[in-house]
Order: sequence, then C-alpha cells, then structure tokens
Amino acid sequence: MSGFPTLFYKEVLRFWKVGFQTVAAPVITALLYLLIFSHVLESRVHVYETVSYTAFLVPGLVMMSLLQNAFANSSSSLIQSKVTGSIIFVLLPPISYRAFYLAYVLAALVRGLSVGAGVLLATLWFAPLQFAEPLWILAFALLGGSILASLGVIAGIWADKFDQLAAFQNFLIMPLTFLSGVFYSIHSLPPFWQQVSHWNPVFYMIDGFRHGFFGVSDVSPWQSLVIVATCLVLLSMLTLGMLKRGYKLRA
Amino acid sequence: MTSAIRVQQVAKRFGSVEALAGVSLDVRQGEFFGLLGPNGAGKTTLISALAGLVRLDSGHIEVMGCDVVSDYRNARRQLGVVPQELVFDPFFSVRETLKIQCGYFGIRQTRARDAWIDEILENLDLTSKANANMRSLSGGMKRRVLVAQALVHKPPVIVLDEPTAGVDVELRQTLWQFIRSLNRDGHTVVLTTHYLEEAESLCTRIAMLKAGRVVALDTTANLLRRFSVHALRLKLAPGVMLPPPLASRAQEKEGAWSIAFDQYSEIEPVLAELRANGCVLEDLEIGKPDLEEVFVRVMRGKEDRFPSGVGADARSPSSVGVTG
Repeated sequence: MSGFPTLFYKEVLRFWKVGFQTVAAPVITALLYLLIFSHVLESRVHVYETVSYTAFLVPGLVMMSLLQNAFANSSSSLIQSKVTGSIIFVLLPPISYRAFYLAYVLAALVRGLSVGAGVLLATLWFAPLQFAEPLWILAFALLGGSILASLGVIAGIWADKFDQLAAFQNFLIMPLTFLSGVFYSIHSLPPFWQQVSHWNPVFYMIDGFRHGFFGVSDVSPWQSLVIVATCLVLLSMLTLGMLKRGYKLRA
Repeated sequence: MTSAIRVQQVAKRFGSVEALAGVSLDVRQGEFFGLLGPNGAGKTTLISALAGLVRLDSGHIEVMGCDVVSDYRNARRQLGVVPQELVFDPFFSVRETLKIQCGYFGIRQTRARDAWIDEILENLDLTSKANANMRSLSGGMKRRVLVAQALVHKPPVIVLDEPTAGVDVELRQTLWQFIRSLNRDGHTVVLTTHYLEEAESLCTRIAMLKAGRVVALDTTANLLRRFSVHALRLKLAPGVMLPPPLASRAQEKEGAWSIAFDQYSEIEPVLAELRANGCVLEDLEIGKPDLEEVFVRVMRGKEDRFPSGVGADARSPSSVGVTG
C-alpha cells in the first residue's frame, strides 16, 4: 500500500484547505433547508407518531449532505486534476489501483462525515434528537458515504470536462438524493411512486440512517443494510475494474 | 550491465494514428541520451509508455531491468519524469508538493528526506519560494518544481520531456548545470528537446524519431560526422536571391544560407553557380557541422546515407538507423 497514506492525506488536505467552500457552505445550505421546510411544514406534515416533522427532517438532511459531499469530493478532485493535468503526479509513482481507490474513497468519506457531523451539530439547536440505535447511524453513514464516494470516483474518471460532471451530478445524484425520502416518508406517496422509491438505493441509506435515530423506519434496517452493502460491493468492483484497466487515466 | 532503459519492438496506435511503430533502443546506465524528432514523432508517447501512462499494443519496456507493466512498482521507483506540460497542484506550497511526492514513493518523513528536499530546492534556486503557493510561481519556477518533483525519490533514471520549453536563458543554464551534475553522479538522463544545440552539447548519444520509428541512433559525434560533414554558409547582398538549384539544397538560418557538403571539391561548383547567376555575396564561411543540419537531413529522409548497423547496440532492424 505504498503511497496510500500520503494520497489519503493529500486528498483530505485538499478539501480542508478550502473548508469554507467544502464543509461550512454545505452545512449552511442544509440549515436553510431545515429552517424553510420546518417552518412551512411542521404543523402540516406528520410522519411518525412520536416524532415531530423537524426532528424527522434532521437525519435526512444530515445524510443527504453527507452523501452529496462524499460524491463532490472524489469527483471534483479527480476532474480538476485531470483537466489541469496534475493527475500525472499520482499516476507516475508506484501507487496500486487499490491504494488509489481507497485513498480517494476514504478522503471523500471524511469530507462527507465532516459535513454530516456539522449539519447534525448545527441542527441540534432546532430539534431534540434521539439516538435510539446508534450503530445503524454509523453503519449507514459509512456505507452510504462510501457508495457516493465510489460513484464520485467513477464520475470523475468518466467525465472529460466539468460540464459532463455537472450533468452526472444534476441528472443522477441530485434526483436520487432529493427523491429518497429526505423530506417525507415514502408512505405518504401514491403507490406508484412508493414502488419507484424502492428502486432508489439512496432511499435505503436514508431510511436505515433515520432508523438509528428514531428506531422506526419505512422498511426494515436489515433489508436496507443488505441492499446498501450489495450496492457498495458492486460499485467498488466496478470502480476497481476501471482503475485496474486504467480507463481514461492511462491511454 | 543492465540497460538503464530497454525498449523492444514497441508499438502503439491511437485510432488511425500509428504513434509508435516498432521502436527498439537501449539507453546505457550513466548515459546522457537525447530523443529528438519533430512534433508528432512519438517522443512523448514513448516517454509516457516508459512511465506507465500509455499502455502498449505490443513490445516491452524495461527500466533498470524492471518491466514497466509486470513489475511497474519497481520500474517507477527507478524513474523520474519531468512532464512536458507545465502542470501543478494549486492547493499546495512548493515544500508541501515535494513532501507529498516523497510520500507517493513511500519515503517516510525523516531528517534525511527533509535534507534532500532542501538540497533540491537549493540546487534549483527555489529555497526562497519553498513556502509559496504553486499558483504564485512564475512559469520558469513551476518548471523547476516539476524537475524537483521528479527527483525526490532519487531515481537512477531521469527523463526530461522538453524541460526548457519557454524557459529563460539563465534558468536553462542553472537547470543544465544541475542535470549535468546529476549525470556525473551516475544518473542516466534522457532528454527530449527542440533546442538542438542543447542536445548537441549535452547528449552523448542520440536517437531520432520520425513517424513513430527510430530513423537514426548513434553517438552525437558519429551523427555529426556521418551527416552534414561541413556546411558552406553564404550571406547574400540585400535583394539577391539564391539560384533555385542551390536554394533547393540550402537551409536558411538567421538571414544566411547554409549548404551542406562532404568534400571540399563540392565548394567550387557552388561558387561557379553563384557567379553564373551574378549573385553578390556579403559574407562566406565554412562552418562545422551542427546537429540541426543532421536533424533536417534525417527528417527529410536523407538517412539513406546512413550505413546499416550504425547504432552500436542496435537490437532490431528498426534501431539500426535506416527504417524511415
């Protein structure tokens, strides 16, 4: 694993040096969502028996921010270094494709977790939270963050220009995260859209994550765990395969 | 002794473009080796293949006996590459960049590592910029950092892909002084450049590439001797044109015409032609051959004068000089 610790450190340092943009800004955005949605919907939407809408919203926002930032970190780092050509500095040394993958995914996960923790801390002021089954919180945060970080690696390698990455982000990642039950329980949806939601892996990440807080969820956390873990294994295999072949990195 | 670099029958195609068409050559340890050729000849592709950035369609490359594909980790540890493009990571300072590069090669944080970084910075005149962000550096300084990055892991083989493109004279001299001292210390240096006078003064052996093939491979001295034995340099009076038969074999350089010749007996017919056409000369001199003339002649396909097997360590038909 020669080179892995440094590549991981470099990737963390990269986002930390622009922390206002990469950590503080997404926390503020999530806070704005919370203020607006809870103000408008608190008295109108009732999801679970013992949970207020604002409290329901918090885990969803935490997880959504975590996922989006994990994706943003690996994808933007790779596209930037590809466009500027500085990717050569990690391609010339004897860094294996596994070390490359782990470093980018773990650094993206660190950013996702930092943003998620930031959102959680900031929203504690607005909603009393429970931590009914914290191991589920940890498991889904780690698995979900890793999945989006892997997707970020795929998108960063696949995209040749910023425009293509923006398309990936806006037409795939954003709809998947927004339409995953962050702002509502899928039981409030018509049957057709409930069925559609079951095909969205992000739904299981958020539902399982929320279960860790309240002990209740739309589907069993075990079912979510199996689906999310399977997604991670499949995406990791795909990403590692791309890196091993040198897809779009080594001509 | 193991070759510093061994390239065997290397081929690479990008779509319909044949970037490398069966290149073979050996670079011995301790050599200062020049890789010359016009744009698109395949120099950068060959270097990229050497560095593992390009995957070969066929053939093998070894660096210090390590195959760049099957034993890529050891091969890359033996190699320091200064890329052609002026690339940098805008997030870091010069020192951070070098420390990170050390880490990529598994070099741990020790006093010896920091002392080596300081030494590289000193030799490349970067000490005062060690803590400056990469974005704030001038082009020449960024180029120096690229050289420093290639040297952090003390590679026995250093490849410089047009390192002096767009670099001022003073820096060029500093850079070559440093690279020469590394070569004296035993590092093998491979250089590509468009500044042929640099290659002539620095390189002990030169390979010329054209359309993905080696068209000349020999010591610099032999190339100069075999091609363009001498040159007749003519400066014509203002408004005077060189007669077409002479113009077709002459090169214009800095306002003067240069005509290559092998035997002194070839001078008289040239002068006779000039007299017959009433050409008035301002200046005339007989110059020693230079690499630029050799280069032009080889690239124009006049390598038919090149005896086969001229490459002392030629290993295949494509490396013996006459394949173009």
